[in-house]
Parts: sequence; structure tokens; C-alpha cells
Amino acid sequence: MTCDDYKDLMMGYLDNELSDEQRQRFEEHLAGCGECASELEEFKKLKAITDEVTLVEPEDRMWQEYWGSIYNRIERGVGWIIFSIAGILLVIYGGFKIIEELIKDPAVGMILKIGLLALIAGIAILFVSVLRERLYFWKKDRYRDVRR
Amino acid sequence: MPSVCQEEIVAMRRCRRGSREAFEVFVNRYMKDAYFIALGLVGNREDAMDLSQEAFIRAYRNIKRVKPGRRFFPWFYQILKNLCVSHLRKRKYRRASSLGAADSPEAAATADCFSPDVVAGRNETKDKVWQAIGKLDNKHREVIILRHFQNMSYEQIAEALFCNQGTVTSRLYYARKRLKELLGTEKGGGTSDMR
Repeated sequence: MTCDDYKDLMMGYLDNELSDEQRQRFEEHLAGCGECASELEEFKKLKAITDEVTLVEPEDRMWQEYWGSIYNRIERGVGWIIFSIAGILLVIYGGFKIIEELIKDPAVGMILKIGLLALIAGIAILFVSVLRERLYFWKKDRYRDVRR
Repeated sequence: MPSVCQEEIVAMRRCRRGSREAFEVFVNRYMKDAYFIALGLVGNREDAMDLSQEAFIRAYRNIKRVKPGRRFFPWFYQILKNLCVSHLRKRKYRRASSLGAADSPEAAATADCFSPDVVAGRNETKDKVWQAIGKLDNKHREVIILRHFQNMSYEQIAEALFCNQGTVTSRLYYARKRLKELLGTEKGGGTSDMR
């Protein structure tokens, strides 16, 4: 085995994560390898100074309000979804009503009526196309169940 | 890092049926871990608090996707990490667009936000170490945070990262090596001068 093969054992030794057998094997290597012994010493120093760094704990008030804040955001999220759906439905309904009136109105020119119908048909085709594409890729997505 | 317990199994079952109160068990159990991990990854208190809460909200909305018998934390950790990485990416682009093309916008965007005022009992050495951690790339910073700040075992880190323990030790080795280099190239000498 080369020194490179002992890198993992070195980390385990440093973090006290080795079995007795692994520890013994690493210590035997260490006794005959000055390079690894010196590297281990450097890592020990680094670990010691890194372990000294701790982060400031937020005030207790932050923890007391933590769940409340999440709960409110979840509740508001539901509210926003309902609001958005209602808004979209109303806009679609209103839009269709306006277009219906324009189509029925004899005073409106034929070109405008054809243009409006073409606009609606275009939007409908685009919507169906995007929806179909999304569904296709979602079904084919090999990673959709990964890491759950 | 607390281990899975009966309370968590029962809470998971209730969460699947849509109980918000049951989800509170997970929030109370992991909120500090979530906050400190996010702080370690993004380096900023306000962002860490907001991202950790957002991760819980996303977890709540998707909890039915957790396969029965799976532990909550490793799954939740993926959500939190993805949010933090995405946040860092946005920060990088914001910086890049405000400053023009930088040499290494990702490292700069991260390191700049690693303000030492989040470090307890500050001194020069601790400030340098914290800022050096901020200069590591995401993959290396992550293992340092989980090991040194969360005191997670290799087994727990491997479970959270969905990798084997060999990958964890290998990443830790290169992360520490890089950290050593960063501290060694800082003014004031290497780790040997920092006691």
C-alpha cells in the first residue's frame, strides 16, 4: 500500500472513527513513514483550531418564534394558491365574456373577429403543447424519485 | 445529531395525513441543526434563518414523497443543501452582473458573505479559519461544517450526503488539505503559527 491509500485511515484516525484493527494498521504505517506522521501532525493542529471555532447562538426569541414563522408561511402559501387560482379563473371568464361580446357585436369588423379567434386558438395550442411537453419530460425523468 | 426515535416515526405517519402539529416535532428537533448548517453553507445569519425556514416549508409540502421507513433528516438535508447552493448561485450571478466578470465570482461571492461576526468569542485565528472555510468550494465546505460544527459521525454524514463513508473521508481529506493551504497562504503564516 502507498501513502495515498492511508489518507482515508488518516482522517478516521484524526476523528476517532477507526476500528481497533484499522487503528493498529495505521499506527504501524505511521511508525515507518515520516511523511504521513508529519502530515498527521499538521492535520491535528488544523483540527484543533477548527474545533475552537463555534458560531454565535441566536437569541432565544428567534427559536421561540421559529415554528410560528414557518406555520404562518405555510398558511399564507395555501392562501396565495387559492387566491391565484381564483384570479386566473376570473381573468379567463372575463376574457371569454369580452371576446364573446365582441364576436356577437355586428359593429365589430370581421378582421378583428378573425384575429381574436386566431389569438385564442394560438394561446390554446401553445398551452396544450407546453403542458404535453412538461408531462412527457416528467414521465421520462429518470431522477424524479432519486434521493427521497 | 439526534437519532431516529419512535416519536419521529409517529410524527412522520401523522404528517403524511397532513398534520401541521406533527410537523412541529421535526421543526423543534432539527431547527438548530438546519440553521447552523445553512449558516455554515451561506455564511450569513439572515439568509441562514430564512433558508432553513424555507427548507422546512418545502419539506412540509413534499413530506408524502418520503418513502416509508426513511429517516427525515437525510431527506430534509438534501432540500436544505439545494436551497443553499441555489442561493449561492444567485448571489454569484448578482455579484457577477454588478461587478462585471470576476476571476472567481463563486468563491468571491461566498467568501465575502462569511463575515466573522457570526463567530463566538472572536479572535484573529478564529476569524481567519472562518473566512478560510468560506473560501472552500461547496462540496468541501459541506463536510467541514457537518463534521466540525455539527459533530456528525462519518456514518451520519454519509447518510446525509447519500454517499459511502469512503467518499466522506476522501472529501474531508481534500477539504482539510485545502483549508490548510488557505490558512498557510494567509498573512501571518500557516497552521503551525496559529495557536
